[in-house]
Parts: sequence; structure tokens; C-alpha cells
Amino acid sequence: MIRTEEMMLNVGPQHPSTHGVFRLVVKIDGEIITEARPVVGYLHRGTEKIAESLQYTQIIPYTDRMDYVSAMTTNYVLCHAVETMMELEIPDRAEYLRVITMEMSRMASHLVWWGTYLLDIGAVSPFLFAFRDREMILDMINELCGARLTFNYMRVGGVKWDAPDGWIQKVKEFVPYMREQLQGYHQLVTGNEIFMQRVKGVGKYTKEEAIEYGLTGPMLRCTGVKSDLRIDEPYSIYNRFNFDYVVEEGGDAWARYHVRLKDIETSLKILEQACEQFPENGEILAKVPKIIKAPKGETFVKIESPRGEIGCYIASDGKKEPYRLKFRRPSFYNLQLLSKLLKGENMANLVAILGSFDIILGEVDG
Amino acid sequence: MIEDLLQTSPGLYTFSIFFLLAVVFLLITLAFVCYGILAERKVMGYMQLRHGPKFLGGRFGLLQTIADVLKLLIKEDIMPRVIDKPLFIIAPVIAFAPSFMVLVTIPFTDKFQFADIGIGLLYYVAISGMTIVGIVTGGWASNNKYALLGSMRAAAQMISYEIPLVMSVLGIILLSGSLNLNDIVLAQKHGWYILLQPIGFVIFFFASFAELNRSPFDLAEAESELIAGYHIEYSGFRWAFFMLAEYVYLFAMSSLITVIFLGGWLAPFAFLDFIPGAVWFSLKFCFVIFVYIWFRTTMPRMRADHLMETGWKILLPIALANIFLTALIKSLFF
Amino acid sequence: MSGEKDLEQLKKEAVAKAKAAALAKRQAMEASGTQKPLEPEKVGEEAPVSGDDADLAKQKAIAAAKAKAAAAAKAKAAAGGAEAPASDDEKAKAIAAAKAKAAAAAKAKATAGGADAPAGDDEKARAIAAAKAKAIAAAKAKGAAATAGDAAAPVEPEKPSPNQPYLDKYVKVIEENLGKGVIEEYYINKLSKDVPTLVVKKDFYFKIAQFFKYNEQLGFNSLTELHGSDFETYMEIYVHLFSYKTRQYVVLKVKLDRDDPTIDSLEPIWKSANWPECEAYDLLGIKFTGHPDLHRIMLGEDWVGYPLRKDYKPYDVEV
Repeated sequence: MIRTEEMMLNVGPQHPSTHGVFRLVVKIDGEIITEARPVVGYLHRGTEKIAESLQYTQIIPYTDRMDYVSAMTTNYVLCHAVETMMELEIPDRAEYLRVITMEMSRMASHLVWWGTYLLDIGAVSPFLFAFRDREMILDMINELCGARLTFNYMRVGGVKWDAPDGWIQKVKEFVPYMREQLQGYHQLVTGNEIFMQRVKGVGKYTKEEAIEYGLTGPMLRCTGVKSDLRIDEPYSIYNRFNFDYVVEEGGDAWARYHVRLKDIETSLKILEQACEQFPENGEILAKVPKIIKAPKGETFVKIESPRGEIGCYIASDGKKEPYRLKFRRPSFYNLQLLSKLLKGENMANLVAILGSFDIILGEVDG
Repeated sequence: MIEDLLQTSPGLYTFSIFFLLAVVFLLITLAFVCYGILAERKVMGYMQLRHGPKFLGGRFGLLQTIADVLKLLIKEDIMPRVIDKPLFIIAPVIAFAPSFMVLVTIPFTDKFQFADIGIGLLYYVAISGMTIVGIVTGGWASNNKYALLGSMRAAAQMISYEIPLVMSVLGIILLSGSLNLNDIVLAQKHGWYILLQPIGFVIFFFASFAELNRSPFDLAEAESELIAGYHIEYSGFRWAFFMLAEYVYLFAMSSLITVIFLGGWLAPFAFLDFIPGAVWFSLKFCFVIFVYIWFRTTMPRMRADHLMETGWKILLPIALANIFLTALIKSLFF
Repeated sequence: MSGEKDLEQLKKEAVAKAKAAALAKRQAMEASGTQKPLEPEKVGEEAPVSGDDADLAKQKAIAAAKAKAAAAAKAKAAAGGAEAPASDDEKAKAIAAAKAKAAAAAKAKATAGGADAPAGDDEKARAIAAAKAKAIAAAKAKGAAATAGDAAAPVEPEKPSPNQPYLDKYVKVIEENLGKGVIEEYYINKLSKDVPTLVVKKDFYFKIAQFFKYNEQLGFNSLTELHGSDFETYMEIYVHLFSYKTRQYVVLKVKLDRDDPTIDSLEPIWKSANWPECEAYDLLGIKFTGHPDLHRIMLGEDWVGYPLRKDYKPYDVEV
């Protein structure tokens, strides 16, 4: 009888396709994974502790670095939490700018995911195409707020910089261009037999499991649950736009792929409407004191980020720094499902499954 | 030319001529490899909406690969302490030598061929199988379980695709009646075999991707897959040897496809005969290489089990059916 | 012109009234130590809706101003500051600021809510805006006055929260099934989008959580957030639950002993509590009994100390 033994494999912190410093300790028996244990914390920077000694406006750059791929949504959740506590009225123009930049950030994040996922699967060209379109988005945001990745754009009460002349026109022109590009992406990748074989039926879980594990965002919507915070509990001015849930049945990586690409289409729709309704002039920052003090109490708000629901908890005792600040980070919660999903799975599917989770390590570790 | 030389009596003079010719041919092959790599990078670049290398050697980056090779040559020769040293050193050689050896049988033009062997096609397939030994040796000698696993996978892949590869050319052999590559080219005077054996061509083409370890079958050398591959412990020029082997095989396989399916150095139509055979050969050859690069740019990678499944369950039965069909047609109509 | 004068007069009245009210309030507070229902509601209810639009707007603005002034005074009183009653100038400034805010809010609402308000109905829009400003002022006052540990009975708001029936339902179901005294306090957290909040007793925490999940009337099948906080005298676990059936949220809080913070793990009930509890263990030192794999998830097993505690001193200070 041939004696086989389990091998312990370390998908180490440094790896081309683990999207950051993420370690996965897998025990494999031949080709089958018997146990997979994720080890996180390599990028833990103590944001929450640091925030306890910073004023709210000073915390905003830290939020940029948490989910660095879609920094606008992370910026916004902090501002939204403070504004909910202070019950501020945000001027219209600021709200529209917020929505436009958040949707652009969402698209950029999904493009990064698409490009890197396909790179993991083995196709080298979509990465380049995705990043080319993302460059256009980043260029536009650069014009607006001066930075390409860590925007530091939102403020409690509004936004920091106003749209320059002709900026809205550029955004308007981007929408049909991106739609065409999306068509091209579908033609190139979505119909490809090899891709479909690698992705269909891979990493499947049911609706109940998704809810049990607290998954949100595309991870949840791929099982058929209609849950999108922009529609269910509209924050900012999302109730003024007309868009629908992006839901797929199936619960596998294929469904997640489609949810994210359709999400880009939804963002384009919202962008179109927002540009249409954009107010000609107005304030971009509500009248808030120079040093922002949230009233005593606590609050917890959630918004929809490209990865799921990102939440911000603030406990304040009336001072200018928060007493306790906590972020509910979607990648952290989504990643809990990984060890269960990988048990009994073929080794070759590990990269495909991990990629479809769309985690950002800055967010997982916080 | 070579034929006559083979008849002369052995002596230092003959030997040195052979040696010189072989060296010249090696240099030509290496030159091809240089510009093949550059072509790959440029073509891939343009397909991905970017320029490829364009700084070294003029606007088209003509000296890029030479610079890369120079860099690899001057790198430190890192050899881990716990390796099997003799095997470690000889593995790249075993991988590379057959790739150069198979080039002798290919008729580049009607006058230029190194060895007109009666069993040219069989020689090609047999010798190219020896590279697998080099790969497995490399994986074993590295004393690294991941390298070993990677090399085992690569070996499994290459061996399993040898079979459809050979089976698909059986149809050609039936039609031309000979294993000699020259005869096969001449037999295509009235029609290239890509038209007469389309199924055989398709199978051969796909199997050749697996033989060459290229996308979509590049599991063996994929960096983003879990196990980094058989050449993980090789660095510097030793690694370059493995890559050299791959590109020389690209040269060899493309020439083989040109010879047995695309009519070699024959012109497509008789009235175009005034253009020399070398030009035709080069054009067809370049086109085949372009299609290889095109596939690499566009296709994602196949998973290991799908790969084996495709080889055994799909390509092999179709190849067998192709042989049967060809035999039937030949016996009924010719 | 005359309208302005009227305004001045009304302003002075408002000032006097507010001052008197504040004084009376402070006295009452010192006497009984409890909080009376807020004044602004009375002010709001007084302002009649008249046909004259200028008058109406003015009155609404005045009401808002009064509410603001009352709120400001109340805030000062609640904070227990030893300041003398605000001088006339300050009061006037505060009122002016409040008025400006109300006006800005009204303008914003008018420009934005154009689709909502019926066409050409400026006064209605302005009334809505003024009422909103008033509500904001009232809520702000309430927020400023409320502290972390409220009285047992929910404070009667001037406008009952839409989630109040939910809170009552949860309390009723829990108390029916587990008896009275398991919930320490319950209230609607106005600052957090009116989420019903229950502070429960440590011993019944697990049972109540189970109830929230498995009871058909409650059915909270998703745990969206769990974290711990260090409040210096005690530690607290904050659990945010969501029900996909009723699309409602609820917050569970439980206070822990600071020296030995131990609590039941919620992982057997909701799998999504797994890693958040590890994080709370790692950063705060809260031990969860019944957790399948409690480990220091972020910092590693050889870290000394619990960083998120308020008395944390980094082990290697020189670095």
C-alpha cells in the first residue's frame, strides 16, 4: 500500500496572486485541499487606535489607505457617520459630487478586480485593457482633487474641491466610451470557453450560507439575495436615481463575475443621471465649525462599497476626537468564508476562488 | 550540399566544415530566438494597446533581447547547497540539446537541409520527447518539493499530448506515403495538407501548444499559479537555457507545421514560382509564429485537470477518427 | 420695514422667554435630577399656521430661533457648566446664527426639493424647511442632553421615532419569553438612524442573541457587526444585527467587567461572528467562551498587551 502523507503548503505573504500580503496555510492531500487557514494581520496598521487621537478631518487620509482601491467610499463612510451624528444638511452640489466620485471609484475598483482576476486565471491582456480604462477614471479624479489613489476628498459636511470647468462634460463623455469598452470585455472574455470552464461552478455557496456568514455586496448578490444599501436604505442622494438591484443566481465565481460587471453598468447609469441632474452652482461644504465636534453618543452607519457593506462606528464624548472608532470592513467579513469554501476543493481552483472574493488587504487588516 | 559532404571520407577537414556549419546554424537559431522573443513582446504589446520594448537599439527595441541575455550572463550563479549538483548542472543541457537536434531534418528550401533522413518526421517526434527528461531532472535536482511537483505536472502534460500530436500526422503520412520531410513537401504540390487534412491540422496545432508549454497550456511555467514551476531554483543563465530551449522549440515546431501542413518552400500558386522558396518558407513560418503569439495574448490558462481531460478524452479520439477517415478516403478515391 | 421691527420685538420676547425657561429648567433639574420633556415642542406647537406667507415664515423662523436658543441654553445646563446665563449679545448671536442656518436649510430644501413640493407653493416649502430646522434643533438638544446610560423608560420624544413600535415589540417578545430583568435598558439611538438599542445583562446575552435569531417574530438572521470598546470603567460589546425578512436592524450591547472581560461567543449562532470576536480578543483582551478558534488574528501570538485598551503602553516604547 502506498503511504501518502499530507503536505503543508504555505501560500506565503509574498505571492503574485494573493492581492496583497495575505498568507494561506493549506494542507493538501495530493490535489485536494483538506484544510485551509487564512492568516491575516500583515497589514494591520492600528488605524482605529490612531484615530482615537486625531480629529475627524485628520482621520480621512487614513480611511483612504484602508480600501485603497476605492478610497472614495471609505472616505464617505466616515464623513457620513459624523454627519449622521451631527445631523447636518449637506448642500446639493456637494452631494452630487460625492455620488459621482463614489461611482467612479466603484468602477475603478471593479476594473482592477477584473484585470487582476483574469491575470490570475492566466489571460494577460485584459489586465492591460482594464488598467487603461481605469487610467481615464483616475485622470478625471486627479483633475478634481489632485490625487490618483488616496483622494482625501470628502469632508464632514461636503467635499473639499469643486469641479473645475468642463469636468462634468468629461464625465458625461466617459459614460458611452466605457459602455463600449464593456461590450468589448464581454466579447473577449465572457464567452471564452476556457474561462467559463475555470469559473463555472467554482466556489459555490448557497443563499443561507451567505447570510449566515454575514457576506455582503457582490458576494451576497451572486446567490440571488436582493440587497443593495443604495436602494434599501438610500444614503446621500441615491434615492434620486433610477437603478435596479444587480442580482445573479448561482452563487459561484461565474455569478460573482457577472454581478461585478453588471455593477459597472449600474454605476454608469447612475453617473449618467447624476451628470444630468448636476446643479449649476452651489456650495460644496455645509457650514460646519472649523473643528468638528460630534455630539455625545454613538452611531453606526453603513454604505455600499464595491466589496460589500462598509460601516463606521463612532462613539463620541463630545470632544473633537472620537472616543472609539471602528470600521466594519467588508473584506474582513467576506474572507471568513474562505476556509470553509476551500475544504475539499481542488488545488487548482484556489486562485480562482480567492480571486473571486475581491479582497483588499488594507481593508481586511485595517 | 550537405549530402555530398556526408559522402566524403572522414577527416579533420570534413569535421571542421561540419563543425563550422553547425556553429553557423546555431548562431542563426540564436538570432532567431533573439528576435522571436522581441517579436513576442512587441506583438503582445500592440495587442494590449501599448508599445513593446522601444528604447534599446532604435525605435523598435532591436537590441532588447541581446541586452537581456547579457544581463542573464553576468548574473551570479546561485546554486542552493542541498541540490543534486551534477544533475542540477546537466538538466538545462538535456532540455536544450534535443531542441537544436531536431532542426537538422527540416527542409528550409529544396537545397538547404542538414540531413535528409528517411524517417525525418519520426526523428523529430522522438528526439523532442527527450526534453521532458531534462525537465524532470531539473525538478528533481532542485531538492524542492514544489519544483518537483511542477516538473511532474509539466512532464505529464507533455507526454500526454505527444500522443495526439503523433496520431494527427498519421493522416499526412498516409496521404504522402513517406516519413521523409522532403517528400512530404513535394507531395503538397497539388494542394497543401492543411486543406486536405483540416482536422489533423487542428489537433496538431492544439497539441503543439501543450508541447511548447505555451498559453493556454502554460501551466508548467505560470508564475501566478500556486506552484511556480520546475525552473524555480534556476537563476541567471541556467534559467535562460530553459527559456532558450522553449524558443528553439517554437522555431522547430513552427517550421514543422510549415513543412507538413503549409507546403514548406512551395509557392501557393504555380505562377508565383519566381519568388524563391526561402521567402515563402519565411512568410509561412512568420505567420505561424504570429498565431502562436496571438493565442498567448488572448487565451486564459487551462486548469491542470481540464488540460489532461482535453488531451486524452477529446483530442485523442478525434485524432483516431481522423486516421480512420483518411484511410477510408485514400482507399476509396486514390 | 415694519416687519423688521416686529421681528426685533419678537426676538427680544424670545430671548426673555428662553432665559426664563432656562432658569426654570436649571432649577427643576437641580431639584429633581430628571429631565423634563423639552420646551421646543411647546414652542413648535404654539406657532399657528396662518395664511399670510410672510407672517408664517417669520413665525416659523422665530419658532426655530426660539428652539435653538432653548436648545443652546439646555445644552449648557445639561453640561452642568458653571457659566452665568448668557449675555444678551451672545443670545442674540446664537439666535441669528440659528436663523441663518434655518434660512440656509430652507433655501437648500427649496432648491433641492423642487420635485417634492407642489409647484409654486413656496410657502409650503419654507414651512417644511422651517419645521425641519426645528426638528433638527430639537433632536440636537435631545442628543446633547442624552448620555450613554439613559433612564430605564425610553425618553418620550416630541415626535415618536418610526422604529419605536419595533423596539417595543422586541422588548415584549424578550420579556415574555425570558422574563423581566434580562434587559438592562432599551432606547432608540436617534444619532444612529433611529436604531433600536438594547443593553442586556451579561448572563442572558447568549440566550437573548439566540432569541433574536431563532424566534419567528424576530428572525434576525445576519450579524453585520461585532466589536468591543473600552469605556475605562467597563468594556462593552456592540452587536449589530440585521433581519433579511423584516429588513430591520437592532443593536445589542452588553457591559463587561474591565478586569476580567469574558463573555459568551456568538459564533455558534452566527458564523460571521468568528473573526470579529478574534479581533476583539486580540485588540482588547475580551475572552469569548465557546469560540472554536480564538487566536490573535491581527497581531500574532507573541504580542504583549492589548492595544485598543485605553491604558495600553507599547511594549517597546523606544522604538
